[in-house]
Amino acid sequence: MAERILMKGNEAIAEAAIRAGCRHYFGYPITPQTEIAAYMAKKMPKIGGVFLQAESEIASINMVYGASAAGLRVMTSSSSPGISLKAEGLSYIAGSDIPALVVNVQRGGPGLGGIQPSQSDYFQATKGGGHGDYRMIVLAPASVQEMASLTIKGFDLADKYSMTTMILADGTIGQMMEPITFEDAEPTVYEKPWALTGTECKRKHNVVNSLYLKPDELEKKNFERFEKYAEIEKNEAMWEEYMMEDAEICVVAFGITSRIAKNAVAEARKAGIKVGLIRPITLWPFPTEVLRAAADKVKAFISVELSMGQMIEDVKLATESKKPVTLCNRAGGMIPTPDEVLSAIQKAEKGEF
Amino acid sequence: MAKVTFNTDMCKGCGLCVDACPKQCLAIAQDKLNPKGYSPAYMKDQEKCIGCAFCATMCPDCIITVEK
Amino acid sequence: MAIVFEKPKALTDAPFHYCPGCPHGIIHRLVAETMDELGIEGKAIGVAPVGCAVMAYDYFACDMIEAAHGRAPAVATGIKRCRPDNIVFTYQGDGDLASIGMAETVHAAARNENITVIFVNNAIYGMTGGQMAPTSLPGQVTQTSPYGRDVNHCGWPIRVSEMLATLEGPEYITRVAVNNVKNVRNAKKAIKKAFQNQIEGKGFSLVEVVSACPTNWGMTPKQALEWIESDMLPYYPIGVYKDRSAKEDAAE
Repeated sequence: MAERILMKGNEAIAEAAIRAGCRHYFGYPITPQTEIAAYMAKKMPKIGGVFLQAESEIASINMVYGASAAGLRVMTSSSSPGISLKAEGLSYIAGSDIPALVVNVQRGGPGLGGIQPSQSDYFQATKGGGHGDYRMIVLAPASVQEMASLTIKGFDLADKYSMTTMILADGTIGQMMEPITFEDAEPTVYEKPWALTGTECKRKHNVVNSLYLKPDELEKKNFERFEKYAEIEKNEAMWEEYMMEDAEICVVAFGITSRIAKNAVAEARKAGIKVGLIRPITLWPFPTEVLRAAADKVKAFISVELSMGQMIEDVKLATESKKPVTLCNRAGGMIPTPDEVLSAIQKAEKGEF
Repeated sequence: MAKVTFNTDMCKGCGLCVDACPKQCLAIAQDKLNPKGYSPAYMKDQEKCIGCAFCATMCPDCIITVEK
Repeated sequence: MAIVFEKPKALTDAPFHYCPGCPHGIIHRLVAETMDELGIEGKAIGVAPVGCAVMAYDYFACDMIEAAHGRAPAVATGIKRCRPDNIVFTYQGDGDLASIGMAETVHAAARNENITVIFVNNAIYGMTGGQMAPTSLPGQVTQTSPYGRDVNHCGWPIRVSEMLATLEGPEYITRVAVNNVKNVRNAKKAIKKAFQNQIEGKGFSLVEVVSACPTNWGMTPKQALEWIESDMLPYYPIGVYKDRSAKEDAAE
């Protein structure tokens, strides 16, 4: 049996990355994700890897860009204001079609905001953030175990589709300690014929680039990229359903809020309310199909978020607004109690939207 | 005896080779246009060429080959 | 007869898109000649900047990557830390290296990152049509300093080589020019040394090449090279600003 280890969420990400074969980490200090960098700083030199504290978030994502172009598994991590700075590099990585793993342990915003947990970078992660038409695969862990398993999965998806995977966590799961296990599995190796390895004067030079001055070529590139995105939307959506079989009310929540919502759903069930939970694990691709199907069965949706209501837009789109969707939210680093979610469920039950 | 050859079609007629030549044996063919629309440099006085490659050293477009 | 001068093999057949008389072509050639002579084309990975040399990836026959504006030293760091046995270089202009990418430049130098930086200083933003650069001279007329650079309003031009030479980190910092045959030949020697240093693991080597922009300076190519001599070099003197190994050898 695999060994059980008690770890902080942030450390779980770092350890999982190492187990996924990542030997290069470039980052810049920011709360509440610093444990990832600290863990890497300690571990990497002992295993022949590289931990480098960059001069800025911008430099660190560009180091990731270079390292990924060199064909190796590489990651960076940050928190909300730092991700804004990385947006430039994320766009270049997308435009060059190379893989990367980027972790955002979200804190409240906008601006310098606060250092308490938040989910208000949902739009930034799922709709863009940087310039241009692009997507990132966005994974939302809800436990320390998932911080680890989704990091490993994230590297595989990034390599498989040659694009960025973002782990969209929050300060709570980052700081939380839980026992976790790691599977003894060798990292999957993907062919990277585009990698910068030196030509050895035996092949035509590889060029990693996002510049296409001819509009027809740039358009073609964008269309090709979106064909890939369509594949991902078809194949890679992940979600968890909880008590949805006979549910009449569907709570939608991801990350730390899904755990609070789960408690509220369990409480509501005790009171005889037929309520269930759909937890998107991939925020992009959004689990549209399952929500669309639920819209034909339930009478209302509640989107529970640590933001002013961002995912709610995707819930409305996925369900084609067939049923009312209400918002149960806190923001700025505040977290709803299970009772707050429960009362939102009770209201929905009474048809108060 | 030295020989200077120009990849004339690629010349932009900037004249830096003409200025660099210590023997004044190069010139710009003002009456000609290459496919790029420039008047290209050419060797006007082969006899004087000493094969110093100053022209090629200053050519920004790598269009000059020098043999000696 | 034997060939005494021809296009280096480390350049592709793609014709340069640069304006007539633009010394970028000369500097590209010097880098390529260096790759040929040191036999490193097959190991080299170049980082192209944003600016006139943005398409350098089409011209060098080695593996290439295109970086965001100013980020080339960070990108090069990422590559070199992954592939320490490859030869990694950046090719950057003054806006890229000394304005938007100053932090990346200074910190790569401070870390003595084992890369080679070719820094082309022509005191103007060429690609975008001739705006004031961090190295534009006092009084220099550009699109965004139409009355001449007023140092009281927008500050003084930055002498990058002198500034970087104050750092403990870097191995080799030198300034050369490409305005005449002698200076081009010296520039070649400096570029070759900057690559040789990397091969020997000595660390960060930067060659500042004082260059010209005839188009945006509003001069003929010949006048532009003369302006390097008369106006650029007095403010940006040619010289070796730091050479740690030479200093250590001399001390021994």
